[in-house]
Amino acid sequence: MSFQPVKFYQTGTFTVGNRLLPDAERSVQSTVRRHNSLNSGHRACQGCGEALGARYAIDAAMEATSGQLIAANATGCLEVFSTPYPETSWQIPWVHSLFGNTAAVATGIAAAMRVKGRSEVRVVAQGGDGGTTDIGFGCLSGMFERNDDVLYICYDNGGYMNTGVQRSSATPPAARTATTMAVGPTPGNPFGQGKDLPAIAMAHNIPYVATATVSELRDLEAKVRRAMEFRGARYLHILVPCPLGWGHDSALTIRMARLAHESGIFPVFEAESGEVTGASKIRRQVPVEEYLRPQKRYAHLFSPKPREDVIRRIQEAADKNIRKYGLLETTP
Amino acid sequence: MLKQTEGSHAVAEAVALCRPEVICAYPISPQTHIVEGLGEMVKSGELAPCEFINVESEFAAMSVAIGASAAGARAYTATASQGLLYMAEAVFNAAGMGLPIVMTVANRAIGAPINIWNDHTDSMSQRDCGWIQLFAETNQEALDLHIQAFRLAEELSVPVMVCMDGFILTHAYERVDMPTQAQVDAYLPPFQPRQVLDPQEPVSMGAMVGPEAFTEVRYLAHVKQMQALDLIPAWAEEFRQAFGRDSGGLIHAYRTEDADTIVVALGSVLGTIKDTVDALREQGHRVGVLGITCFRPWPTAAIRQALGNAKKVIVLEKAFGVGLGGIVSANVRTSSGSPDSVYTVIAGLGGRPITRDSLARIFLEVEAGTAPALTFLDLNRAAVDRALARERETRRSGPIAEALLRDVGLVTAQLR
Repeated sequence: MSFQPVKFYQTGTFTVGNRLLPDAERSVQSTVRRHNSLNSGHRACQGCGEALGARYAIDAAMEATSGQLIAANATGCLEVFSTPYPETSWQIPWVHSLFGNTAAVATGIAAAMRVKGRSEVRVVAQGGDGGTTDIGFGCLSGMFERNDDVLYICYDNGGYMNTGVQRSSATPPAARTATTMAVGPTPGNPFGQGKDLPAIAMAHNIPYVATATVSELRDLEAKVRRAMEFRGARYLHILVPCPLGWGHDSALTIRMARLAHESGIFPVFEAESGEVTGASKIRRQVPVEEYLRPQKRYAHLFSPKPREDVIRRIQEAADKNIRKYGLLETTP
Repeated sequence: MLKQTEGSHAVAEAVALCRPEVICAYPISPQTHIVEGLGEMVKSGELAPCEFINVESEFAAMSVAIGASAAGARAYTATASQGLLYMAEAVFNAAGMGLPIVMTVANRAIGAPINIWNDHTDSMSQRDCGWIQLFAETNQEALDLHIQAFRLAEELSVPVMVCMDGFILTHAYERVDMPTQAQVDAYLPPFQPRQVLDPQEPVSMGAMVGPEAFTEVRYLAHVKQMQALDLIPAWAEEFRQAFGRDSGGLIHAYRTEDADTIVVALGSVLGTIKDTVDALREQGHRVGVLGITCFRPWPTAAIRQALGNAKKVIVLEKAFGVGLGGIVSANVRTSSGSPDSVYTVIAGLGGRPITRDSLARIFLEVEAGTAPALTFLDLNRAAVDRALARERETRRSGPIAEALLRDVGLVTAQLR
């Protein structure tokens, strides 16, 4: 890991945080220095994980680059809720072109900066999981393969939420979406499908790949900071719960992200040049059921007839993640 | 400087003289030699500073150009055929955002059936995308048009497509007069973007626009193209004074003054048409030629004036709207006093040779009043009839293209 984790054993109370840290270790979000790159007044839903994730990530990137940042943005929720013309929430130079070309647009911006000798200006590309794992995948893989100097951030909420919650290749197994209906003998999204994009990014041998969630602010910021220490293609995959698409209470966004991590459903790790260099440990593994139950997209697993068989398969996948990334904290 | 060179290399050299800063390359015939030539110049350091990026698709090529242009760099790419269609979404996007990208289209047919040879279906498919479309008649004009295109694009903040016939021009070796760097620098000022992504002055580009302003944004794109109708001839004249030759402009008329019949066309076929017309003139037929260099914006007034009092107009075009007929013809009819006297001749599809004999025959038929409004030049009617008969006789008649090829057999092009 790129920073020393501080163990807040009272975390469950939500009463601690920056107060226990020296100034230098406080999060960008807690300081008056934060740029508010994605300013208030945008049109995101209540409890939107993507709005949080984008604000955290871009503010951290602004801090790391001393404000020398340009962003390219894919079509999707983030684009739509942040720039209803003629208003914009972006306090940084920002461009939206299309749904599937964001990585390539960012490549073009980086090339322009290089040719003009402005190497201090850094480039971020950002999109949702549909714009990243599906329609933008070709351009993303091209940008990775050429090792273009771009940090690509995927805000993964597991579906096409902007168009009304349809399935993407990042939708998890069994989840109900508008195109993976909770009907028939195998309700929801099929098992055995989908893309593990952080692993695919690592297979490109790019300098830096990391995952994060909106529940661990300092970890997320540290990964953006670390990403900005590299030149070349970098990939940050942030899990951003979506109250609309997941069907959980909008006050539970952070909790859902934390449970995804603590259950092993979403492994939080980082990798350099294709090799895992660290993972965020779990003190006590949470059963996946705790993560699934508050979400209406999994309601068909609990009623009218409990689907323990399906829950077991999800639990097995989480256990596999825990083994694969060594997520369980071991007592020394 | 006079030199004997391939059309693609002439264009590559001319583009290099325009000091592009970002070039995106993806191979597709018959465009590939252009970006290869540029790539070599960048790699050797001859063209600097410039970023030459090997992208993974034409969609990425145009997208990288969009990013580079939005960040204030002079951006260039080249494509053809399927490549132009594959990037179509980004082609519209570049125009909608008003990014002054210049792109060469080495005109080639669109599949299926897959076909690498020349016609104009690719460019015509993008005629309403908001790009300015210029068509080169010769390799000299192709290279000259690129120099004019960068100036035009950047002045108006509108992307420009320079269309040149695939193989017929791109792969033809002929003499061209290559300007000097000093001449091009004097004609083409440095790029001063109207909009740019810059941390010193942050803007949001590409925001969503609703019904309250969308019409106005689109209308302004139209206004820009109308402004181009004035700038294009003015700058062609300036080009003539600086470089000493006629290149570009809206249209080129040839022996139209007293013509009863005027043949309208775009691109390299104009040479064959002029030769045919010269021969017909010697036989006493009053025929003229109108070459259209600027297809978008459509130069309505200039064409109306050039067609003047011609009794008949023949539009010879290398693409057509399936289920309608001529595409250029439909445009010409809007600029003609008598739309019923406009005849459409579809020719050269998928690289079929357009011969002087065939041209003379159809021109005389139109003149004599025996030609239909729509003709497919040198159509093998018997083969078509046999294909239709097969379909009547057998439900599972199989793939049309393959059956037709089997029927036609091995044919060697017979040129006269």
